[in-house]
Amino acid sequence: MGAQTTIEKLAILADAAKYDASCASSGTAKRHSTGGKGIGSTEGLGICHAYAPDGRCISLLKILLTNHCVFDCHYCVNRKSSNVRRARFTPQEVVDLTLSFYRRNYIEGLFLSSGIIKSSNHTMEQLVEVARSLREEHDFRGYIHLKTIPEADPELVHQAGLYADRVSINVELPTDAGLTRLAPDKNARQIEGAMGKLKSDIVEAKDNKRRFKHAPRFAPAGQSTQMIVGADAASDADIVGKASRLYDSFRLRRVYYSAFSPIPDASAVLPLKRPPLIREHRLYQSDWLMRFYGYQPQEVMQATEADGNLPLDIDPKLAWALKFRERFPVDVNRAGRDELLRVPGLGVRAVNRILASRRHRTMRLDDVAKLTVSIAKVRPFIVTADWRPVLLTDRADLRALLAPKQEQLELFAA
Amino acid sequence: MTALQHVKFGTYYVVAVPEADDFDFWRERARGLVQCDVPPDRVAWVEPGGSGNLFSHGDRGLPVPPADAPPVRASKAFVQLARSAICHSDPERFALLYRLLWRLQANPRLLEDGADPDVRRLDELARTVRRDIHKMRAFVRFRLVEDGDEEVGEHYVAWFEPEHHILRANAGFFVRRFANMKWSILTPQGSLHWDGAVLEEGPPARRSDAPSGDPTEDLWRKYYASIFNPARLKIGAMLKEMPRKYWKNMPEAALIPELVAGAQSRESQMVAAGTLEFDEKPDTLEAIDKAIHACRKCPIGSLDNHAVMGEGPQDAALMIVGEQPGDQEDLAGRPFVGPAGQLLDRHLENAGIDRRAVYVTNAVKHFKFVPRGKRRLHQSPTAKEIDTCRWWVESERAIVQPKLVLALGASAARGMLGRTVSISKARGAPIPLEDGSELWVTAHPSYLLRLDGAAREEQSRLFNADLAAVKKRLAELAG
Repeated sequence: MGAQTTIEKLAILADAAKYDASCASSGTAKRHSTGGKGIGSTEGLGICHAYAPDGRCISLLKILLTNHCVFDCHYCVNRKSSNVRRARFTPQEVVDLTLSFYRRNYIEGLFLSSGIIKSSNHTMEQLVEVARSLREEHDFRGYIHLKTIPEADPELVHQAGLYADRVSINVELPTDAGLTRLAPDKNARQIEGAMGKLKSDIVEAKDNKRRFKHAPRFAPAGQSTQMIVGADAASDADIVGKASRLYDSFRLRRVYYSAFSPIPDASAVLPLKRPPLIREHRLYQSDWLMRFYGYQPQEVMQATEADGNLPLDIDPKLAWALKFRERFPVDVNRAGRDELLRVPGLGVRAVNRILASRRHRTMRLDDVAKLTVSIAKVRPFIVTADWRPVLLTDRADLRALLAPKQEQLELFAA
Repeated sequence: MTALQHVKFGTYYVVAVPEADDFDFWRERARGLVQCDVPPDRVAWVEPGGSGNLFSHGDRGLPVPPADAPPVRASKAFVQLARSAICHSDPERFALLYRLLWRLQANPRLLEDGADPDVRRLDELARTVRRDIHKMRAFVRFRLVEDGDEEVGEHYVAWFEPEHHILRANAGFFVRRFANMKWSILTPQGSLHWDGAVLEEGPPARRSDAPSGDPTEDLWRKYYASIFNPARLKIGAMLKEMPRKYWKNMPEAALIPELVAGAQSRESQMVAAGTLEFDEKPDTLEAIDKAIHACRKCPIGSLDNHAVMGEGPQDAALMIVGEQPGDQEDLAGRPFVGPAGQLLDRHLENAGIDRRAVYVTNAVKHFKFVPRGKRRLHQSPTAKEIDTCRWWVESERAIVQPKLVLALGASAARGMLGRTVSISKARGAPIPLEDGSELWVTAHPSYLLRLDGAAREEQSRLFNADLAAVKKRLAELAG
């Protein structure tokens, strides 16, 4: 094998990184490069600089330092026993790529992860070196997300947090049994231990910052994690339960879900099935219900069907409303914020506008229609000055009436 | 810059706005007009290059507000929204803002009423502008120009075509982000130049003023193509956030058509790579049965279903081919046991054909469906999927060697012939197959199930006639 060029390595190491769903670049401390000697800024809101045909945003240069790995996790394209092409960047190459992409306004920053080479500590050192060089030598003030390695020395992980905006450790599978079966080299207790340590570092740094102006920042955009959906038998109820426990215990900013993808040279243990994209979507919707709509995890679980999975044909909010019809219809002119947020078809924005508007007028169905996307979806669940759903809420076939028409076959079929 | 021209036209005022995004100018004029009690329908606002110039010949100025005029009130929220909305390209925006300012004097909390048409329009304009500003931050692409001058160093230049008047509004962002870089942004509305210390505005530019390429774009395109996961094609989601109008100035967008086209085949390859490849056709029905269960040559095989093998005597003279197993066939693991199969059985009985003597199979071996809650809805296989599966049904035919094959429906006919035929034209006459046997085609019984009344009677009659012809032809071939 001759020496690989940068572009060949980039192809291999970007391809290897694409199974990580996160691409967020938002929610970090505000910075800009005025008065510095380098480039870069973060202004709260993340920016998606491009979108790939898979619908996912490209915000960060998301690559692995290397896809050589001593671990043998079945779901992973980079596992030891996989037959993929391997490549390895030096920290300097990653630094140069990041800066030359950033200068051309292609990216918000870097999301760096790596296969485990030599040892966990050695790998972690290399990751930290990239971030250190960007920050200290180049005064780079863009976004950095570092994947940390749970088995590495806590001191190294701590350094990562000093340079990075966000740190993350993937829990990978929703159940411990799944992890033991599919990721034999990983250990659930160790992963959660490392997440716990990160959480206390983040909390401590925030606390210091409040008291001392020059206290160092530690991962100002917090920590996140990722779970693979569809590689093991875990139901949506299991996954939602796990996610809410993670949010509570480790104060995660986000739990990402990644529909298991058929990977090249897959392990024989895995299903060779097309990823359940719609299932991933439903899980994200349930995540939003918990984070922005005030649903408790148990309530999301109530929306699941007998097999513990969320329905695929309708969204979880509608599923919940159809199960608890006695809570509807809700009077748009009187109901509180919490009740309005439960109405299928009313988002946070629409609810805010209704609450403001109704101080000025008695809301009629037409008025509500102006504030929402689809009045047809909302109608069976609300009462307005001129509208009462009468029998609609009780109709047995309401679900069929409200379920979206079939479209986007590629989501399900083929 | 044009001179400011205010025209009194009877009691009708014309205000010529000097710059399309000049909020401060609008605010000053609007304040004066409100103080002079000029209602919105008496004011016309004209932006640079606007057709309203027809009125702007006279220049007698706007009324001067009386010294004791009450102050004009506007909420902070309104000013914020108006600052964004003024950048919109809608020529009506100045008038809309004035109308809202006018109404705000009587109702200071007007903006809370989201159902009011003016408030909604303001919200819409501001939102569109904010989105355009955000998209400009995202989609500007700088290209490196080597000036050849050591002192100047690297100069990064971008060409961008914003939809609204947002260039100035966005200058701060690019200054803060690329404070220590020399850059220029060229647009048809004007240009910005930053040298590391001072921001300068320049005249409108043309695309040809911007550099045409940058070698780093090869790396970026490679990254774009590699980070894309072909197993999760979601073109709609991409288009929603990155509409086509932006593509022409993004180096990576040229790759999109080929990535989309290649995606499905790349995924099938990945899926297929995990299964056995057969180089030779299996020579027993048992071997076919085993092989089709592992077949992932097309995506149908990767759904949650089971292959359904044909059944019947290995030396049958008649082979009947359907489209694909349905829900019940998939569960039972046998062909033609569902409603269509039962209908077929009745018609076969009427025609005097003994199903037990017939080899019954399908053109496609797996059930293609979309999940709808707990139900699985049948989906027709694509031509490509049928052609892929021909390999199996041809293997079956090579072993059974029927004298006559009856294809039910267009999918089955394609499975036998490799091309699409019209049932209404092809039915009633034999089509010779390469091995000397004959193919007859007729409708699929599920077609009859979907009809009712006279149409069903008519199609049933045709179906029976086809079966009778097959029965007669079989007797001739046997004799």
